[in-house]
Amino acid sequence: MSGYIFDTAHLFAGGLVLVSFMMLYQDRLHALINVFALHAVVLSLSVAWQAYTQAAPHLYVTVAIAVAFKVLVIPIALHRMIRRLGIHREIETAVGIGQTMLAGMGLVALSMMVMLRVTPEADPLAREDLAFALAVILLGLLIMVTRRNAVSQIIGFMSLENGLILAATGAKGMPLVVEISVAFSVLIAFIVIGVFLFRIRERFDTVDVQALDRFRGERR
Amino acid sequence: MTLPFDPLIVILGTPAVAAALLAVIPSYRVGAWFNVLASLITLAAAASLFLVEQHASPFLLIDDLNIVFIVLNAFVGFTTSVFSAGYIAHELESGRLTPAHLRFYHALFQVMMFGMNLALIANNIGLMWVAIELATLTTVVMVGIYQTHEAIEAAWKYFILGSVGIALALFGTILVYMAAQPVVGEGLDGMVWTVLIKHVSKFDPALLNVAFVFLLLGYGTKVGLAPLHAWLPDAHAEGPTPISAVLSGLLLNVALYAVLRFKLLLAANPQAIAPGPLMVLLGLVSVIFAAFMLYRRRDIKRFFAYSSIEHMGIITFAFGMGGPLANFAGLLHMTMHSLTKSAIFYSVGHIAQVKGTQKIADISGLTETHPVLGWTLVFGVAAIAGLPPSGVFMSEFLLVTSTFARAPLLAILLVLGLLIAFGALLWRLHTVAFGEPMGSRAPTKAFYLPMFAHLALVFIAGIFLPPALVAWFQQVAQSLG
Repeated sequence: MSGYIFDTAHLFAGGLVLVSFMMLYQDRLHALINVFALHAVVLSLSVAWQAYTQAAPHLYVTVAIAVAFKVLVIPIALHRMIRRLGIHREIETAVGIGQTMLAGMGLVALSMMVMLRVTPEADPLAREDLAFALAVILLGLLIMVTRRNAVSQIIGFMSLENGLILAATGAKGMPLVVEISVAFSVLIAFIVIGVFLFRIRERFDTVDVQALDRFRGERR
Repeated sequence: MTLPFDPLIVILGTPAVAAALLAVIPSYRVGAWFNVLASLITLAAAASLFLVEQHASPFLLIDDLNIVFIVLNAFVGFTTSVFSAGYIAHELESGRLTPAHLRFYHALFQVMMFGMNLALIANNIGLMWVAIELATLTTVVMVGIYQTHEAIEAAWKYFILGSVGIALALFGTILVYMAAQPVVGEGLDGMVWTVLIKHVSKFDPALLNVAFVFLLLGYGTKVGLAPLHAWLPDAHAEGPTPISAVLSGLLLNVALYAVLRFKLLLAANPQAIAPGPLMVLLGLVSVIFAAFMLYRRRDIKRFFAYSSIEHMGIITFAFGMGGPLANFAGLLHMTMHSLTKSAIFYSVGHIAQVKGTQKIADISGLTETHPVLGWTLVFGVAAIAGLPPSGVFMSEFLLVTSTFARAPLLAILLVLGLLIAFGALLWRLHTVAFGEPMGSRAPTKAFYLPMFAHLALVFIAGIFLPPALVAWFQQVAQSLG
């Protein structure tokens, strides 16, 4: 009994890390958004499984938020937005895919080493979840630093947040999980609306140092 | 002593109700004064906390430590609302903001105060996280309120870095819960700070260590510690000046308060790493880095933003050193920095308005063109640079002497940072205040009372600290370990 519960949870959490890797090498925005939707699907499955095995019905609310918001609303909104902003054909090559993948592997190894070493006495399931969650968080950060486009930075942030939700649901009986996922949804809605309203395309859409200086008010 | 009302409800309820009302009040003048009134009520309720006994429920907590923060928060919040009433009217005249923006601005101001008060009062580490997120979000929107290219860039940068910081802090919070869960059991108790501190000695130290690293990096981003400070100067420079004052004077403190709470947890577990050295390191790096960076700044608000990084570094250093004396110095320095820096931003706000620029090169000879503003700035900068008899001098002196007795090498590095920053401040002040007069000589409609009040408090504190306040700070310093 406990064998298959563990294996299934492990499968979903590991799947989340795998999908994070898939995001690393997407160079088209539409594809990236679709992979993110898949990321959210895997997260929903994982949380639903936790809700079922921990007999914690409130976690189904988190599942509902994840499905409605991250699988449907946000990806559809982002697809429309990039078409409106006219950046749907852009290809990003901020950092080479090879280096990014290698860095990603390093980060996963790091999170396994850190988390598995410090939690020898914890519940094995929570322990694995935590290690995978840290890997997803670090990969999300990696996506954010290797991309220059605002939309792909948002996606990096949302995948990072999926990792946090995975960690929070893996910690058995943690209070406020639902509230935290609501708070995050509000945060993300804010970001998406902000990007759309202010048409932020890239954080620094120029490598012109003079323009940077002007922005920082460093020019006389 | 019992009060006819519950101050906690007033402190949290007033900003919440005021935010809702301000969102529907159409006149910006009424809005501005209503904002002042709401802040005054919050301040009165915060002051009444001294009269009530300590209180701990699963969600809210009042103890010696957070009363200091709450009262400071309410006081600077109140004076900022007074300053903002005068400042914002000018922004309307100059056409940078519309009345609709102002309605939004006032409502957000109260939402931000609500978020900060909730973060300070929260006994639940999850609730504290949500409250800090709320306060961050509102300041992000306010930083971008001018909607210029620069303001939006600054808001976006603040948003992304702040969100990453806050995400790391949440991961740390989850780890603390994981460490607590085997000891205190599942459910709400595992996140209640007063329960955690009681049982923390039995927690798994390795898990706590990792948790603290995440929390320090996460909330440290919000404190503005180098090398996580990148959002801070932009956010200060591009937003409305009242928000710069509140960011420097209050929000950084709130984030530091969160770090302190977790430091107390770590310190109470004998097997966990000592949290002090990490904080000392980050603090020292911030002081020295910001001190050098001060020389290259050409924008006056950005200049003082770097000075805030320096001072947050000093405060973090003090709390990292620990011990009754250094903690006392840290608390005093935090109070003095909040008062002085917000006073400086008040005067800088008026200066930038009347001169129509924030570039240091275009602001010169202020004591001649605008004597009151100019001399306020001189006194403010003298105080923040740590010249006697300001309160900042006293706290820095205390910190340096107590550090010399325990770790001379660290003290030398700290003094070096302080002196370098001192040089930069005086060098800039010299031309800005006493140089060849430049730019507009138009009279200002500034309302000087908030700056005078802050500076008076800072200089009085440098000469005479009321014994009751000293006793109070000593008690808090003891409890900080």
